[in-house]
Amino acid sequence: MTKNESTTHGAILQDTPPQGEDGPIVELRNAGKSYGNIRALHGVSLSVYPGKVTCVLGDNGAGKSTLIKIISGLHQHTEGDFLVDGTAVRFSTPRDALDKGIATVYQDLATVPLMPVWRNFFLGSEMTKGPWPVRRLDIARMKATADQELRNMGIVLDNLEQPIGTLSGGQRQCVAIARAVYFGARVLILDEPTAALGVKQSGVVLKYIAAARDRGLGVIFITHNPHHAYMVGDHFSVLRLGTMELSADRSEVSLEELTNHMAGGAELAALKHELSQVRGVDVEELPEAEDLTAPVAGAPASEGKS
Amino acid sequence: MSMTRHAEPAVATPPAPGPKETDGRTSERPLALRLLARPEVGVFLGAAAVYVFFLIAAPPVRDGGSMATILYQSSTIGIMALPVALLMIGGEFDLSAGVAVITSALTASMLSYQLTLNVWVGVIAALIVSLAVGFFNGWMVVKTGLPSFLVTLGTFLILQGANLAVTKLVTTNVATDDISNMDGFDQARKIFASSFDIGGVQVKITVFYWLVFAALATWVLLRTRYGNWIFAVGGNKDSARAVGVPVTFTKISLFMLVGVGAWFVGMHQLFTFNTVQSGEGVGQELIYIAAAVIGGCLLTGGYGSAIGPVFGAFMFGMVNQGIVFAGWNPDWFKAFLGVMLLGAVLINLWVRQSATRR
Repeated sequence: MTKNESTTHGAILQDTPPQGEDGPIVELRNAGKSYGNIRALHGVSLSVYPGKVTCVLGDNGAGKSTLIKIISGLHQHTEGDFLVDGTAVRFSTPRDALDKGIATVYQDLATVPLMPVWRNFFLGSEMTKGPWPVRRLDIARMKATADQELRNMGIVLDNLEQPIGTLSGGQRQCVAIARAVYFGARVLILDEPTAALGVKQSGVVLKYIAAARDRGLGVIFITHNPHHAYMVGDHFSVLRLGTMELSADRSEVSLEELTNHMAGGAELAALKHELSQVRGVDVEELPEAEDLTAPVAGAPASEGKS
Repeated sequence: MSMTRHAEPAVATPPAPGPKETDGRTSERPLALRLLARPEVGVFLGAAAVYVFFLIAAPPVRDGGSMATILYQSSTIGIMALPVALLMIGGEFDLSAGVAVITSALTASMLSYQLTLNVWVGVIAALIVSLAVGFFNGWMVVKTGLPSFLVTLGTFLILQGANLAVTKLVTTNVATDDISNMDGFDQARKIFASSFDIGGVQVKITVFYWLVFAALATWVLLRTRYGNWIFAVGGNKDSARAVGVPVTFTKISLFMLVGVGAWFVGMHQLFTFNTVQSGEGVGQELIYIAAAVIGGCLLTGGYGSAIGPVFGAFMFGMVNQGIVFAGWNPDWFKAFLGVMLLGAVLINLWVRQSATRR
């Protein structure tokens, strides 16, 4: 890490390979974000490695959105460190993040519904030809490339001119992922990509997450579905009320434990105790607090329990 | 820029143009339906219908000179309707566009007359003022996030008042002095307000400007990055920003483009009539907006064309002059326009819905 800091003076060297095979591309150290006096995120540490899927789980309002907004450049962190390739950074626009190879596929997919598929694919990074006064879009090349990239992802559209709003949710999700992969993303942030999808379409999207990982991308997979996370994840971070409740590698945690942490972990055990006093509620299947063996991450233990 | 860097490898292997494979669940929609989905087709049919109607109802319309008058009338609306349409596709309005034309003309006229300068100094100053007004509108809209309807309504009232007050202050009159004897007037008139003889018919130069600007706007809209950005910021501003489109630049420059249009039409009026009535221009902004909407631009942004407003403006000119040529009471003009506007909007709505359904 320290070695990296001395080699990249914040300059964007476009074709420099990632510094060191083992180092994380993106790293958060005790990062946090406050909106005025509201602390949305606190003491979060996260590392994203190339070729690994880092899953961030959490209930609504846990701080998942704030976390990705910091990494994608929409917001700035107010505490802790945010490092890319070992260098501390502070993005002021999403363009900064894109230039560092961090691409985000937003929950609303960042598409313009009335625009054709191929225009959406290249939006903000259009191919052009010709000298300045007559510099124009290279439409044939863009359409051919978009078609090819989508086919590589297994998406076959008969008409790239159709407005992207007429595609199904899963198709749009895949177009957005294909776009991010094509534009040279090193880190792909997926904001609840499976949230609005059916079972089959979710499977397709998970397949693309695995495909992106196999191409050597670091993937941050935000979800509130532990089953989806466990299918592709290498590392799991559970957020709760803006702090880290769990940070564990795949080897350290089972799906069951993950689900329990996701559902509230220790709190759920207390709830079980309360529910056991209500007649007719069978709580035998629920775990006790002692059963949660996976390491509790980040925040000091005392804070976690209070 | 980052694009070209990443694009190279993929470009080396263009896909072989083999037979199209589909997943078999969609079929190609018929050509007629795909044509109808174009934003300008509805208004083209409407304009053709109005044209045929007046050809029958008002025989003088068939004369070449009458057509030149109709085209001239259309062009003065059409030149402004173009930037207004682009702005609308970009998701914003400009209610100050009508009085901004007069502001520009007043600036050029009074500056050159009062300081006894070459009129070109006034013309350049007017351009700067128009760009500044556009920049102010755009900057306020982008930075405050207020609806452009409110911001430009404010600018509209400011300009309307200032036009009258400043003119009275400077000239002690509601109109500016005649500048036709000033240096450079003849040259400027040649550029902004001359006529051409085509087959024995005098055609105003604005008609050519109108068509050239429309062609240029169409090219920019459909064939350049900037055009892509216009659709994007109007269609979904947040998405556009997230994928790296410079939203602030695009919106502010669109407002400034309306300023350029206002300047151009203002100069035309000045060098046609030699003086400017300071109270004019009120209500024109709605005509421009109506021409853009009739031309198939979506009021909420993200959809439209530059050719559509050309036909929209032509419909206005046609009806305006057609009523006169038909010998009807011209008071009916506005009523006719209202019916036309509603009809066009309904047709556009129906066309778009039936054409995009699959």
